[in-house]
Amino acid sequence: MRVAVIDESPSRAAVIREGLAALTDCEVFVLTERRGLIARIAEIDPDIVLMDLGNPSRDVLEEYFTVSRVLARPIAMFVDQSDDESIVASVEAGVSSYVVNGLAPQRIRAIVDLAVTRFNAFSRLQRDLETAKGKLADRETVDRAKRILMDSRGLAEPQAYAELRSTAMNQGKRIAEIAEAIVTAHKMMGRA
Amino acid sequence: MTNELAIGFLPLVDACLPILAAEHGFAEAEGLSLRLVRDMSWATVLDRLLYGHSDAAHMVAPLAIATTLGRGRPAQPLSVPFVLGLNGNAVTLRPEIAQAIRPERGIGDPKALGAALRTIALERKAAGHPLRFGVVHRYSSHNYMLRYWLAACGIRPDQDVEITTVAPPFCADALAQGEVDGICVGEPWNSVAVEQGAGEIVLATAQIWRRGVEKVLAMREAVLEEKRDQIHRLIRALCKAAAHFVDPANFEINSRVLARPEYIDGSPELIRRAISDRILVARGGELAHYPDFMFQYREAATFPWVSQAEWLYTQMVRWDGTPFDAQEAAKAAAVFRPDVYREALSGTDEPLPGASSKIEGSLAQRTAVGTQQGAIVLEPNRFFDGRIFDPLDIEGYVNALD
Repeated sequence: MRVAVIDESPSRAAVIREGLAALTDCEVFVLTERRGLIARIAEIDPDIVLMDLGNPSRDVLEEYFTVSRVLARPIAMFVDQSDDESIVASVEAGVSSYVVNGLAPQRIRAIVDLAVTRFNAFSRLQRDLETAKGKLADRETVDRAKRILMDSRGLAEPQAYAELRSTAMNQGKRIAEIAEAIVTAHKMMGRA
Repeated sequence: MTNELAIGFLPLVDACLPILAAEHGFAEAEGLSLRLVRDMSWATVLDRLLYGHSDAAHMVAPLAIATTLGRGRPAQPLSVPFVLGLNGNAVTLRPEIAQAIRPERGIGDPKALGAALRTIALERKAAGHPLRFGVVHRYSSHNYMLRYWLAACGIRPDQDVEITTVAPPFCADALAQGEVDGICVGEPWNSVAVEQGAGEIVLATAQIWRRGVEKVLAMREAVLEEKRDQIHRLIRALCKAAAHFVDPANFEINSRVLARPEYIDGSPELIRRAISDRILVARGGELAHYPDFMFQYREAATFPWVSQAEWLYTQMVRWDGTPFDAQEAAKAAAVFRPDVYREALSGTDEPLPGASSKIEGSLAQRTAVGTQQGAIVLEPNRFFDGRIFDPLDIEGYVNALD
């Protein structure tokens, strides 16, 4: 079975390819380049196409399938399978699928379920990465705020931190927010 | 009952009304909170609508009808209680072709342009490389307007040229790479192509049909029934946004709001041109003023005329090559919901026409029409070839088309 994965994000495409590699009898083609997309698809002649919902070329691909059908090349969209639950899960995960007629429904489901799982895993990974980045930025801000308190009020590091923490607790805010406010105020006073 | 409505849109200037209704507090004044969901393809906007991620969406009008009729996918009834605007698209050609057919300054006459283009199209066809045009979707007003113009100028869209789908953000690139010779797309994408020197604008779609229906507010029929009260409030907020949008005093602020990364993510200058009806036809040239390039407010522009849905249906059977079917025509007509528009605006200052259908393309001069409330003077609404669409004889109109 030939599976085409169209994704402008090469890293996500790699994650999906890796997942599909676990299925037997599955040849995976990854397309990340927009130009010449339709020619590539025609050449690969896939049984199933997976594409991310954020891809602007979706309308182009659907048009191609519609025209192919006119030319008696039997291609139908996954939405023809009237498998609502799977479709909803796909849309939520951010992946759309186009399936050639004649592929057994359980095989379609196996691939689509896998793609959905992989898409979700990728989104989770990205969120984790962003949270981690945010935490790193927070830590830098807290360090700078501590330095400002130590310099301007002659506090030792543990006291500066305790000061930040008790202010945050009193105001019901996160330590990073208080630190941010201190750094901003410091900048505005021209002492950056 | 939640008062949040999620509204899908594509980054185009004519997504302006829901965006401005949210940004300027018109929705809030109606007790609504709008969550705008930005997507990059009509297929995804439609998926989100059908699978409940959005309550309503900015949509190319023919797609709402095609979805209801089950063309391209299983039928799902959609409703359109509000039109988001008329026209606002343009035809942009590769510079060498544009220069061969357009007048030296300003924008040309659709008939003269079409005749000159026909010569080139037939030459190119004979040479074995027919002209290729890109439109944004099979079921878009862009496709129907382009085909209407070509066909009326003796260029057969499916025999003499090729028409393919190109995503709006890639239009300029497709012209530059020679993948297509022309595009019919909404703003800011024509102007982006002009700025890059990849194309020159030859025609505004408002020249093809002076009052052509463009984007609509579409939703599932079931959502319209379940959330009728919120939809009424949304319609009132969108009308306020429309009045704000067309006021020249607000062009500056609105172009800056629409240009933001979460909306169009584009140049405020290019957006400002579109909303002030100014077109730069070629790089380095002068701005041309084309009145009503976009049309969002006057003459009850946002009223969902049933006759407009019916006209779109005639173009659908024409270009899909399917036979006219009276039952299908009735289903297509029922997608547009003037009754809901009236319910929402009755008792407000917005004018409401007395009729729900009109003879499209019949007005050659300003004409006052009967209203249910307020006053409406309709300006000329002609098709460039003078053809008239009478909704009482849809089949006769279809049969008379080539």
